[in-house]
Amino acid sequence: MPKKHVSTRINGQETEFLCSPEQSMLEVLRDTLQLTGTKEGCSTGDCGACSVLLDGTLVCSCLMFAAEAEGCEVTTIEGIASGTTCIRCSRNSLRTRHCNAACAHPASLSQARRFLMRIPTLTSRASATGWLAIYAAAPATTRLCARCRTPPWKCATPPQHPTSSPPRKTS
Amino acid sequence: MSDAVQYKFVGTRPVRPDGVDKVTGRANFGADFTLPGMLHGLVLRSPHAHARIKSIDLSGALAISGVSAAVSGADFPEVEDSGEMGGEGGGSIKDLSANCMARGKALYHGHAVAAVAATSLKKAREALAAIKVEYEVLTPVLSLDEAMAEDAPLLDEELMTQGLAEPATKPGNIVSRTVMGRGDIAKGFEEADIVLEETYHTPTVHQGYIEPHACLATVNEGGQSTVWCCTQGPFEVRSYCAAVCAMSIGSIRVIPSEIGGGFGGKTTVYLEPVALMLSKKAGRPVKMTMSREEVFRASGPASAARTTIKAGAKRDGTITAMSAHMAYEAGAFAGSPVVPGCMSVFSSYNVPNLAMEGFDVLVNKPKVAAYRAPGAPQAMYASECMVNELAKALDMDPVEIRLKNATDEGDAAPYGPTWGPIGLKQCLEAAKAHPNYQQALSEGQGRGLAVGFWFNIGFQSSAEVHVNEDGTVTVIEGNPDIGGSRASMAIMAAEELGIPYENIRVQIADTENAGYTMVTGGSRTTFATGMAVVEAARDVISQAKARVAKLWQVDADMVDWADGQAVPKAGMNVDQKPMSFAEIAAKTGSSGPLLGKASLNARGAGPGFSVNFCDVEVDRRTGKVDVLRFTAIQDAGRAIHPSYVEGQMQGGAVQGIGWALNEEYVYDANGVQQNAGFLDYRVPVASDLPMIDTEIVEVPNPAHPYGVRGVGETPIVAPLAAVGNAVADATGVRIRDLPLSPPNVLAALDAA
Repeated sequence: MPKKHVSTRINGQETEFLCSPEQSMLEVLRDTLQLTGTKEGCSTGDCGACSVLLDGTLVCSCLMFAAEAEGCEVTTIEGIASGTTCIRCSRNSLRTRHCNAACAHPASLSQARRFLMRIPTLTSRASATGWLAIYAAAPATTRLCARCRTPPWKCATPPQHPTSSPPRKTS
Repeated sequence: MSDAVQYKFVGTRPVRPDGVDKVTGRANFGADFTLPGMLHGLVLRSPHAHARIKSIDLSGALAISGVSAAVSGADFPEVEDSGEMGGEGGGSIKDLSANCMARGKALYHGHAVAAVAATSLKKAREALAAIKVEYEVLTPVLSLDEAMAEDAPLLDEELMTQGLAEPATKPGNIVSRTVMGRGDIAKGFEEADIVLEETYHTPTVHQGYIEPHACLATVNEGGQSTVWCCTQGPFEVRSYCAAVCAMSIGSIRVIPSEIGGGFGGKTTVYLEPVALMLSKKAGRPVKMTMSREEVFRASGPASAARTTIKAGAKRDGTITAMSAHMAYEAGAFAGSPVVPGCMSVFSSYNVPNLAMEGFDVLVNKPKVAAYRAPGAPQAMYASECMVNELAKALDMDPVEIRLKNATDEGDAAPYGPTWGPIGLKQCLEAAKAHPNYQQALSEGQGRGLAVGFWFNIGFQSSAEVHVNEDGTVTVIEGNPDIGGSRASMAIMAAEELGIPYENIRVQIADTENAGYTMVTGGSRTTFATGMAVVEAARDVISQAKARVAKLWQVDADMVDWADGQAVPKAGMNVDQKPMSFAEIAAKTGSSGPLLGKASLNARGAGPGFSVNFCDVEVDRRTGKVDVLRFTAIQDAGRAIHPSYVEGQMQGGAVQGIGWALNEEYVYDANGVQQNAGFLDYRVPVASDLPMIDTEIVEVPNPAHPYGVRGVGETPIVAPLAAVGNAVADATGVRIRDLPLSPPNVLAALDAA
């Protein structure tokens, strides 16, 4: 079967690609477009490591045919993490905690951004392993910038350099 | 415990150096590498759990245009049955080779029987479909009972059980029997006022790392090869590939990618030797990645186990004797972690009379791999449930009975050595004093407590500290960073050198650019490689002092190092201003490069103890168990970066909760796993869990410059019994077989 021509916008750039009808968006993002920040964890829509924003909606790119991107706007972690847009978000994610098994992290940042766009104040939700960090980071990033009074994802003020905490007491 | 040492960097929580790349998607993981001319490799896997392979015909695959290579077991060299694999996963190199590519028999559903490399994944899939394999299907052996039965079908027709009291007279599925103990077990039970004996089962579970196995391999015409892969141990990958592919170790370079979780499951090889053989045949680079389904069917898992514990105690709670009879599933090849199971099962208690017997048993399931404290969660689930059953029978508090019998410095460990400083009692006291332990419980809720233990290891590590011209520093080491070890290394180097943390960059080098370093596993990295980094930094300091002494025209022993600068030694008549690290670095143009290095075999990894307790609520109508609160307390020796220690404790707790409540491999009668995906094999997700509260106890390990003891594995040991004990407390019904999933809990409540 001949390949299909797809015109789309990826991370704000006009993008064209050729794909087989059965190819997933994930496969095209990673293998054709070399946007490897989006990860494959299960390819069944269970783990969310391949999350991208499709016209602003969070989707599993493994469950989406690449051809479905025709005329759509796709945002991957590369688009979210570039510039100052979400650097605060990632800074907070780093400062609040660990990023073990970090290959799922780009996806969770994408999700965090989605949360932030929708929910202005997110209560700190107790959680586990890496998620703890992400949930802890999310509310911190929703506060307006003290200097320019804009939401963090619009703020251009460079993030402060992280400081080391004081030496801790030994038990 | 308390010491007056105040550190400037150790114990702080700076941002990890690899963090930005990891959260923004820039970091390269196993499947993120490509090379020009690269082919895609895929594995053909056995549709039968137990079958003799009568023939394999690859010609159909090779006839497809775009298919460059195909291999089966016949293409792999015969491996001598000699070398043990070492590391945390047991087994022989011969078995490792046969696990990567079946020879003669397919021993589990999903066992690799052939592989192809093609210009696209689509072509590779076509090629797999064109391979003809003729099987003689055999009866699969799917449980310990089936495998140990007198007339069981045999996985290995030549396997004679080792370690029996009487030498085996005919082949069986039991690889070996291990016996250890001390004292007089019969006398110990006679002295007891109460003796209980119960049997506990734990299911097969998977490590569940989010990143599937992936590699890219290339072999050139001169026989030199390079492998990029996600692994916990690049040096082990190198030696395993060399052995399986009959190549020299020096001809293979392994470049570890960032790693999206391993938990022990990435201490062995599955794809790497296959990709090398395909690349050798095709003359082009070959990339291979596993699907999630392949990860479930053909990698990991952890042993299912059956453990019978007998314990005797006096009325005052003094345990007089304990015995354990354990059988662990090894999967298709020898090497379950039953020996560490026997060694750890009673590690927490100073009981004079002990007897442990363990069986390593073959079944038609994937060969087990190391999973965080391999062998200990299964064993200590049983023993820690039993201690609570004793406490209940004696009407004692679970903490009190443990404090009464807890082992301490100077006691003999059940497996021989005498404990150095350990933190079990301190953890128990911390639990008793923890506000969560005082929280009131309502109807239908229960509290469970358990102890966890892991040996921790040291062994070979290397590190280099390179001083750059501007006074910044590059640390080179060989342990893939799974849990924040770059940050820990940078903290320790900063502490030694007295320079800011931000001035240090830690690089994980490949097998040709780092000195030999054992696997990131055994909770050894911060301890052993940390020790190497400290020694390498001290090497830099001593060289720097010698250079400054020369400049000052004084003897080297008249120069001291303080706060990141060379200073005249107190009391010495040296009229010189201190010279900063940056000034010394700036002079390397004339004085020569400044490079410190260390390679060592670290001894004295301090064992890790933990105490976990949790509150659960059980829905009696559905059998669903909700964890309301979970508290993890652990002795870290010294927490170099407390956030990453807490991260290990929380992650281990979550995996342990999953093991206790949901996770299990479900097989049909033919040995086909029915839940090879995250939808049906359910790991706990954020919405299933409460906050995991942590408390770090610090009983410094004297063998490490800062007192570090490993923290990565101990956290998964205690949660199984903590949850089990909490469910028993909530329901009044003791369920001894995991998982405590709704159907199992409901059935037990109905039967009670």
